[in-house]
Amino acid sequence: MFGAEETIPWIFENVWLVPALPAASFLVILFFGKRLPYKGAEVGIAAVGAAFVLALIATFTWIGDIDNAEGGDESHSEEAAVLRVDGSDGALPVVLTAEEEGDGHGGGPRGAPIVTDVEWFGIGTDANQVTLGAEDSVATESDGASSGFGISIGTLVDGQSVMLLFVVTLVSLLVHVFSTDYVHGDRRYTHYFAFLSLFTSAMLFMVLSSSTLQLIVGWELVGVCSFALIGHWWEEKPNSDAALKAFLTNRVGDVGLMVGMIILYFAADRSFDIVTINEMAVSGEIPTGTLTIAALCLMAAVMSKSGQFILHTWLPDAMAGPTPVSALIHAATMVVAGVYMIGRLYPVFFEGFAIAGSSLNAMAFIGGLTTVGGGALAFVQRDIKKVLAYSTVSQLGYMVLALGVGAYTAGMFHLFTHAFFKACLFLGAGSVSHACHHSFDMKADMGGLRKHMPITFWTFIIGTGALAGIPPLAGFWSKDEILVGAGVFPGTGGNGTYTIPFIFGMMTAAMTAAYMTRVIWLTFFGDYRGHEKPHESGPRITVPLIILASMAVVVGFLNMPSGFVKALRLPEGWAHRFEDWVEPEGVASFVGEENDFTHAKPSLALAIIATGLGITAGLAVWQYYQRLYRIDPKATEYPNGIASRNAVVGAGHRLLVEKYYLDHLYTGIIAGATKGPVARLANWINQNVLDGIVNTAGRLSVGAGQLVYRFFDQAVVDGAVNASGRTAASSGGILRRIQSGQVREYATLMFGAAAVLAAIFIFAV
Amino acid sequence: MQEFLDTWGITAMVFLPLVGVALMMAVPQKEESLQRWLALAASIGSAVVGVLMLWNFDYDDSGTMQFAVDHRWIEVITARYAVGIDGMSLPLLALTLLVVPLVLIYSWNHIPAPGNAKAFLILILVLHTGMLGTFVARDLVLFFVFFEVVLLPMYFMIGVWGGEQRLYAAIKFFLYTLFGSALMLVSFLALFRVTGSETFNIVGLAERVAEGDISLTTQVLIFGGMFMGFGIKVPMFPFHTWLPDAHTQAPTQGSVLLAAVLLKLGTYGFIRIAIPILPEAALEWAPWIGLLAVIGIIYGALGCLAQTDMKRLIAFSSVAHMGYVMLGIATLTDFGINAAIFGMVAHGLITGMLFFIAGSVKERYHTLEIKRLGGLLIQAPRMGWILGITTMASLGLPGLAGFWGEFPAILASYDPAPGLSDTLFRVYMVVAAIGTVLAAAYLLWLLQRTAFGTPSEEFVDDPEVHDMVFTEWLAWAPMLVLIVVLGFLPSLIFDVTNTPASMVGDAVNALGR
Amino acid sequence: MFLNQFLFLAAALFCIGIYGVLVRKNGVLVLMSIELILNAVNINLVAFGAYRGDIGGQVFALFVIAVAAAEVGVGLAIVLLIYRNRRSIDVAEANLLKG
Repeated sequence: MFGAEETIPWIFENVWLVPALPAASFLVILFFGKRLPYKGAEVGIAAVGAAFVLALIATFTWIGDIDNAEGGDESHSEEAAVLRVDGSDGALPVVLTAEEEGDGHGGGPRGAPIVTDVEWFGIGTDANQVTLGAEDSVATESDGASSGFGISIGTLVDGQSVMLLFVVTLVSLLVHVFSTDYVHGDRRYTHYFAFLSLFTSAMLFMVLSSSTLQLIVGWELVGVCSFALIGHWWEEKPNSDAALKAFLTNRVGDVGLMVGMIILYFAADRSFDIVTINEMAVSGEIPTGTLTIAALCLMAAVMSKSGQFILHTWLPDAMAGPTPVSALIHAATMVVAGVYMIGRLYPVFFEGFAIAGSSLNAMAFIGGLTTVGGGALAFVQRDIKKVLAYSTVSQLGYMVLALGVGAYTAGMFHLFTHAFFKACLFLGAGSVSHACHHSFDMKADMGGLRKHMPITFWTFIIGTGALAGIPPLAGFWSKDEILVGAGVFPGTGGNGTYTIPFIFGMMTAAMTAAYMTRVIWLTFFGDYRGHEKPHESGPRITVPLIILASMAVVVGFLNMPSGFVKALRLPEGWAHRFEDWVEPEGVASFVGEENDFTHAKPSLALAIIATGLGITAGLAVWQYYQRLYRIDPKATEYPNGIASRNAVVGAGHRLLVEKYYLDHLYTGIIAGATKGPVARLANWINQNVLDGIVNTAGRLSVGAGQLVYRFFDQAVVDGAVNASGRTAASSGGILRRIQSGQVREYATLMFGAAAVLAAIFIFAV
Repeated sequence: MQEFLDTWGITAMVFLPLVGVALMMAVPQKEESLQRWLALAASIGSAVVGVLMLWNFDYDDSGTMQFAVDHRWIEVITARYAVGIDGMSLPLLALTLLVVPLVLIYSWNHIPAPGNAKAFLILILVLHTGMLGTFVARDLVLFFVFFEVVLLPMYFMIGVWGGEQRLYAAIKFFLYTLFGSALMLVSFLALFRVTGSETFNIVGLAERVAEGDISLTTQVLIFGGMFMGFGIKVPMFPFHTWLPDAHTQAPTQGSVLLAAVLLKLGTYGFIRIAIPILPEAALEWAPWIGLLAVIGIIYGALGCLAQTDMKRLIAFSSVAHMGYVMLGIATLTDFGINAAIFGMVAHGLITGMLFFIAGSVKERYHTLEIKRLGGLLIQAPRMGWILGITTMASLGLPGLAGFWGEFPAILASYDPAPGLSDTLFRVYMVVAAIGTVLAAAYLLWLLQRTAFGTPSEEFVDDPEVHDMVFTEWLAWAPMLVLIVVLGFLPSLIFDVTNTPASMVGDAVNALGR
Repeated sequence: MFLNQFLFLAAALFCIGIYGVLVRKNGVLVLMSIELILNAVNINLVAFGAYRGDIGGQVFALFVIAVAAAEVGVGLAIVLLIYRNRRSIDVAEANLLKG
């Protein structure tokens, strides 16, 4: 792509500006926001807008470079597999160290990642220096120059991060605009925008991470922003409970993240560098066993962050936050961090789980389970946001499933499309709630809204269609690729034969359409069940909806299969554009020793079957509600439905309503036990055992002291002292009688004594 | 200037607070404001000398003692007045020089009952000298003297200005630490004897131990004595019970100093004295230290979850946090020791901050019972925010200082020094990582119950509940800024500590086990 | 025989003096008795001096007379003060020195 002499485009070296802008805006809003005319919202929008422009420049520069490389000859194959920029020496970092090991990779290094690093801090001594010092008696520590080897901070630009830059900045910008209306007059309007900015910045920081350490930092920072925004209305306890739950569940996963990253750090010869880790994972320098353990640990992090079973329970609760936040954080961006991380370290997972040539692995299974389990839960929710939340869980499961079966591009593409249509749906739900006086209860306060709010209705319909995979909307293309990627359907190929995940995926295709039809009916059809007259929202709400809905229509075409392109006689270059742009080549191409990374071949039959399944399921639900409507226009469920008649169905229904009893397990049993008996036991031990020992030791020494005091000090030592005192006192008592105060008696004594002395002198001498 | 610093710098820095004490003695007790100014001037004077030295410190040579002075002192026992600063003591000195003036500023209008600012401030200054001296001493006798100088002022501070059970807490603190110091002194003397009664100098002792053929058993026993002395001060798991009582009963300033600096004397002793002098014994002890450290992490966290008093909860969290520091030390690697020093500074800033907040909350609500608090963000929004940031820092959020003490320590225990069991330390690593979940749990729970929600009935219209005052801003702002800055620029500390920490690591590696 | 008479006289005077000091309660009489004792001593001094042919005895006697004068002066002053305070010069009542 670039020769070593060519300069790297300005934007790729300075892409750090993209997260820096919202970070600056966070500080500005935090300190000066309340004094600004629009309470800080304008700063946030300006900063994110500027970041979006930069992200657009980056996106188009990237696309342009890829397309040029495609068009040009293949002579680049001898060139750098990764472009490293040392950004530490000033404002214009142009020092290039291209690592020459790209040869032999099939397709050439188009899309080689560009790493721009500056040293963050140095810690420890270089492993080489230690061995040197051991062999050589010259102490390495004596010269101050050996300040250890550095840990870098920087940006890693490749297709995946550029794609996320675009998504995050765009959705964030739209959410900012949407919020100015939606949370207008909120008690903490300024803080809200401050945290939106901080979140955007942290997310972009994480997306651009060049090292796993930086990834951890960004990962936790988005977590804390999520915490703050879920608990935005912290006066009410359920909200702060939800925030706590989100943070703590994520912390559980973070244990896996930390441990996994630590394992990789040591496995990759003490390097946090993502590209290095990937290189070593591909080349087999890291043993597969180590990779498997690391990948399993990292899966825990994915499960918590990306809401995979069984750590998904925080995500629906997170809907306690403001709706735009749910759209931005808990649908479009933050929750895909786990998926993004899998993609970032895909070689680790690919090799660790032996994805190629297998039929099941932990990732694919968890993804499959999540996609079905989450979808099933969406059926029993009354709250429109909860339905969307479970739908998000289900779709995230889809992405993980895709990555688990080796369909990297499909997973990333689904992430990409999902961000738009799910953000559209969430913002639509927000718009609906805005109209229905801040209620999210579909059964009590909605119904028949299509007449009152047409723009919201139509954008919501488009979003639903995209989610349900109705062609030609975005979700259709990405979902189809995932199903193809499982490699089960005849003629698709792929990286293995993932039968179980494939079945899960097909089930979800049907379920998604069904529960979304239920939402559409309950919200927009039937008769209005609320109290006050609903109204269409203002332009600051509808314009973002329209933009997102149009994105949901068009983005699917970015990755059309080549067969489809041929069939429609479109230019051949239009096929799988997304794959060309995003899929990493160069270093991270998974041309491992034995297990190659291959692409599945799309199948028209499969597309028809999956779509048919979805449409059938949707129509069935439609029929269900149509019949209900004829019975009672305001009804939302049959008075004597099957769940109340059939014991088995009833039990299943209750299982869903109780969310598989997972919340009881976590909140009631695990957290309850830790907070209650276990903590009290620890405290009891502290107070009674440990402190008891201390206090007993204290008491014993006091007792021993008392014994010594009483029997030795008082009796012997003090006895002697007291005896002498008493003697003096008693003798004094006797003698004091002599001192009568009578001068004459003194004189008598004196004379008497003189007489006695005289007698002694006379007779004795 | 350089010449002055080289010869008198450290001495001036260490003893300036005592000069302040002498001046304050001469001023009548009722001149309170003059007393305050004098105390502050003395501590700032000390800080100015300290900063000049930090300025002139040769950071490329942080492995050697700088501004070193070695003067005869007690010749009968070859004890010398040997002081110096290197990269290991520098961050802790800086921490002390920062925290004490802030504590004095905070004391401006927060002298706890029963008053008597003169005595209170004098105690703080004496404490200051003791703490600074401990961090610069290069001679074991000198170290011991300063180590003990710290005890008495703290005893009086707790015993006179403390809470309801102050006498119990003060005596427990005093006797417990004294017990440890006694064993430590025995170890010092034993070390002196077995190395030929020639020197008390730390480096000299280390050389003699390395050259001589002292049996491993003797070394292990001597290390054990030091372990008791330092371990109690840290405090490590089974010896920690003095800490919650001392913290809970101590006045705010006492708690802050205790958490910010005093606890570090113990960990500092490990990395400055115990391990460099007796690396072989350290290898023997390390698995046990690691075990106690991780027990402390989990146990301290569980203890926190059971507390009903805010200050006691924070005190227990110290046990957990110092567990990470000790885990880092127990790995005996450069990474671990770097992490430990960072952890000490971070814990000093963060927990010191938490105690400041607890003190101010107590001043406003007259209670620290968590059940009765709530809605701090409504009644005192700025303080609530600061509490939020500080708890986040305390639970090890990246981007704030706490993370860089915690994560590298966990990281280091994946690959401990050669001679230690990888498997064992990896188990410790996982346990320590799980500890971060518990840390988040108790800290956020604390935040939720104190800062979130609405204020309870009894305090809704309480006029005494107000937001922060000027002295609080002045005292807290530097700490907060440092918490954030260190979070993003960990190199500020790692660059200084790396060389000396690596030297300790190399000393262990050089044993070739 | 030359010396004995003087010694007897002096002894007699001394005994009378002792008697007066020990028995009489009147402060003035006690003082007078002390004078008697002193004079008994004076007689002895002069007698021994003459006996030995030495002038020292008479010199000492002169000193004693001078001191005695002073002593009486002070003593009478004390008695006068006692009288002023107590309206009595009974030495048995003056027992403030009692231990």
